[in-house]
Amino acid sequence: MKKLKLKELESCLQQVDTFENPKLLLEQYPTRPHIAGCMLYTIHNTFDDIENKTIADLGCGCGMLSIGSAMLGAGFCVGFDIDADALEIFNSNIEDFELTNINMVQCDICSLSDSMSDAFDTVIMNPPFGTKHNKGIDMIFLKTALQMAKTAVYSLHKTSTRQHIQKKADEWEVKMEVIAELRFDLPASYKFHKKKSVDIEVDFIRFSPKKLLN
Amino acid sequence: MKLLTHNLLSSHVPGLRPGGGFPLKIEAAEVRVRPVPFNAAFVSRLVPRLRWDVLREAAESLGHPSELPPEPAPDYEGDEEFLRRVHHVLLEVEVLEGVLQCPDSGRRFPISKGIPNMLLSEDE
Repeated sequence: MKKLKLKELESCLQQVDTFENPKLLLEQYPTRPHIAGCMLYTIHNTFDDIENKTIADLGCGCGMLSIGSAMLGAGFCVGFDIDADALEIFNSNIEDFELTNINMVQCDICSLSDSMSDAFDTVIMNPPFGTKHNKGIDMIFLKTALQMAKTAVYSLHKTSTRQHIQKKADEWEVKMEVIAELRFDLPASYKFHKKKSVDIEVDFIRFSPKKLLN
Repeated sequence: MKLLTHNLLSSHVPGLRPGGGFPLKIEAAEVRVRPVPFNAAFVSRLVPRLRWDVLREAAESLGHPSELPPEPAPDYEGDEEFLRRVHHVLLEVEVLEGVLQCPDSGRRFPISKGIPNMLLSEDE
């Protein structure tokens, strides 16, 4: 498999079509190609959790992370999202990129039971942060992801929630490693943003289940 | 929806017994077969993790009797022909339009443009 350089990956991801009309309440925004590129590159090169692995992308939106994973040699990726419009864009992205090892499922992550226990090698996600009347949703995504993943979960969470997440990780007997601290500048995609962009500090975290969650 | 996805997917209608809601019964209205690059190492890793009977039955129900044995042979890892057949059924056969039915509750989930819609309504 040709070794893809980070710059090449990033420039491919810049071709990914994103939300036409992002839905406020779902916290929809595209993961920036640069951030997605760096995340995926690390997951692949440092941890070898992408190539030939089965990958789930929870809250996949238009598919940035899934597409990047496929480009880095993932065996199979499944994206999960609640929004049909986002999945339609994801579908057309897959056609454009001629990727054949990606599927997607429309569902509400919050009501997935633990039916897909250990179904995937790796879960990679940029979950909603819980800022829109949906407090706690980030932890629901994380818990579900940990049930679905055999080896590791890679996720993004607000740095301000780090202590809380560490507590939960200990409770769930899950190893937590903050791989990087990022700054998201979310573009003013929502009409009410007064500034041009909003800066938040975000942790890129790797979780690995020490043992099965109950 | 490829059969690999089907092999992992279950209904999460509330109130099901543990392990319930699986496997979903496929009623396919439109099936597509499209080549996918063969990755022997990946398929080989998958084999022990698949619900084998479910895969065979799903392939049969789509009119793609897969010529898969009742069980993978002990030396499947070196058997390229076998791995290619598994690859074909798992990744190259897709349901584009149809319905998935929960075996326990009978609830039906539509598949449209290859995407199963597992959303439950508010009162479920």
